[in-house]
Amino acid sequence: MSQTTTAEQLVVARRDNDAPNFSIRREEDRVRASGELTMRQAATVWRQVRAASAHPSAGGALDLDLSNVTFIDGAIAALLVAIRSELSDRGNRCRIVGATGRVARLIDLYGGFRPPVARVEAHHSSAVGRVGIATLGAIQGLSRWVAFVGSIAAGIGGAVVRPVTANISAVVPLVERGGADGVLIVLLLNFLVGFVMGYQSAHQLQLYGANIFVADVVGISVTRELAPLMTAIIMSGRSGASYAAELGTMKVSEEIDALRTLGFDPARYLVLPRVIALALVAAPLTLCGMVVGVFGGAIVGVMSLGVGMRGYLAELQTAVFFADVFAGLTKSVAFAIAIGLIGCQQGLATMGGAAGVGRRTTSTVVICLFTIVIIDTLFTLLFRSIGL
Amino acid sequence: MTSRLIQVRGLTVGWPGQAPLLERIDFDVDSSEIFAILGGSGCGKSTLMRLLIGLETPVEGSVTIAGIGSPEVDAGPPAFGVTFQQGALFGSMTLAENVALPLERWTDLPPDAIDAIVRAKLRLVGLQDAETRLPSELSGGMRKRAAIARAMALEPHLLFLDEPSSGLDPITSAELDALIVTLQRALGLTVVIVTHELGSILSIVDRCVMLDRATRGIIARGPPRELVSSEIPEVHAFFTRTPRGG
Repeated sequence: MSQTTTAEQLVVARRDNDAPNFSIRREEDRVRASGELTMRQAATVWRQVRAASAHPSAGGALDLDLSNVTFIDGAIAALLVAIRSELSDRGNRCRIVGATGRVARLIDLYGGFRPPVARVEAHHSSAVGRVGIATLGAIQGLSRWVAFVGSIAAGIGGAVVRPVTANISAVVPLVERGGADGVLIVLLLNFLVGFVMGYQSAHQLQLYGANIFVADVVGISVTRELAPLMTAIIMSGRSGASYAAELGTMKVSEEIDALRTLGFDPARYLVLPRVIALALVAAPLTLCGMVVGVFGGAIVGVMSLGVGMRGYLAELQTAVFFADVFAGLTKSVAFAIAIGLIGCQQGLATMGGAAGVGRRTTSTVVICLFTIVIIDTLFTLLFRSIGL
Repeated sequence: MTSRLIQVRGLTVGWPGQAPLLERIDFDVDSSEIFAILGGSGCGKSTLMRLLIGLETPVEGSVTIAGIGSPEVDAGPPAFGVTFQQGALFGSMTLAENVALPLERWTDLPPDAIDAIVRAKLRLVGLQDAETRLPSELSGGMRKRAAIARAMALEPHLLFLDEPSSGLDPITSAELDALIVTLQRALGLTVVIVTHELGSILSIVDRCVMLDRATRGIIARGPPRELVSSEIPEVHAFFTRTPRGG
């Protein structure tokens, strides 16, 4: 190959469809290669050399003879050395011989003149070992959560004693991000849920001539369950995931460590404002969701069931009480606090670069949804027991 | 016999609406040499490299590699290997998967052959025991060596290295320099390095150009050992580590 590198030679990975300018031949106890062997023909070289060396002679000896090879590159050297190791692993005595000049230098660079290195297979744990590792992971995760909640509690205590350290000024932009910026999507989804709820119940109500009770069904289900749940789901996807990604990125780029070295407690400085902001916006957002959800049901009542708007509202007043709204709003604040804590905890637990951030963001949404359902169940039992 | 592999002519580097970062840059890189682009922080070294590899477009001027025009990325098999300052390994992939990626994309090699090449490349850079590890589990020096293995996967004749030894301890830095020289000699590579590490410059670089932020151009060129004794104040200050105004 000439010293001058041409544009054609520069792109070595291009697949070569031209006639090969090399040959691989088996001659008794040796495989003789000739010509120029480069990455362009690597697939062919790999196949041919392996086929030619598949059955070593009776003594198990086989030499890869490169005395007629005029040029090779690193990929070919790597492949020839790998084939030699493969043969050695099968108990054959294999050498690379005849290489001179650059060919010899490259074979040497890739370890072809040193004794073959046996491949060490990756160690796989047994089933019991994997269960043990998973259990340990779960315990560690739980202890991290306890430590995190403890640090938040300490953060709240510290913030009460010294409010200046709580970064309260960050709450306003966070309220805007988590609340105002999410109003439209909350309104739209809650309206559609109220609308669908009305339609789903319309047919059953018509069977009994109880059309007017669409206001009861929609009103109670929206205020007590659907609006808080839908709003919390949206907050999980928007704010929870956003907190995890933001704090996760800060963690992997060592910004959290930098904060610590500057004397800031991340729990107090980063987590508390986010949790407070979400708790503040949860009730107003849910209340908006309740109003438009009930309105969605009213549309169905008026258009599909022949219930007048005045009648719908009058029935609503007899069915939905302040206690229902209060129960829904209370749950929504609890959901928001959980979402804020989960998003921040997952963010602060991030490790492993961009992939780690992605993993924590995904797990934030999953954990949030799971936790929301658990909290909802607990509140339902609690409200039932106190007659709310 | 050497030949010019890269020709840079009248290159002006910058962004629309802003004063140029560099103006009318001319230099050549010969085949099979280690060529360095030097200069202080913020003088446009890395931007110039991004332009050489086709990630940025010049305001004016041209880059010609091996007789063809300005390089295009996303336009077929890569014509050269590149490593970035932080290694730029894909965090969700193991080291072996990182190195295998270009081979899977641009060759017809069967999986076992790709596996053999990947192991050989990682062994070459001293990471034979780290095949299954993620980049986040590695030290800075290991990440940079892994990045070199990935850049070398397609057997390029031309390698661009952005700050290969910055942020590393002197021993790791020296090991990385030795690796670059070994690869360059064994494979006949042309290597373009962006750096401001004096140790690397003096020990492995054949020729260099030195960029200057104030004049937005090249203030010195030639073998580093000749530039050490330069009478140009900025060059002298760079090689003797003299503070500005010192």
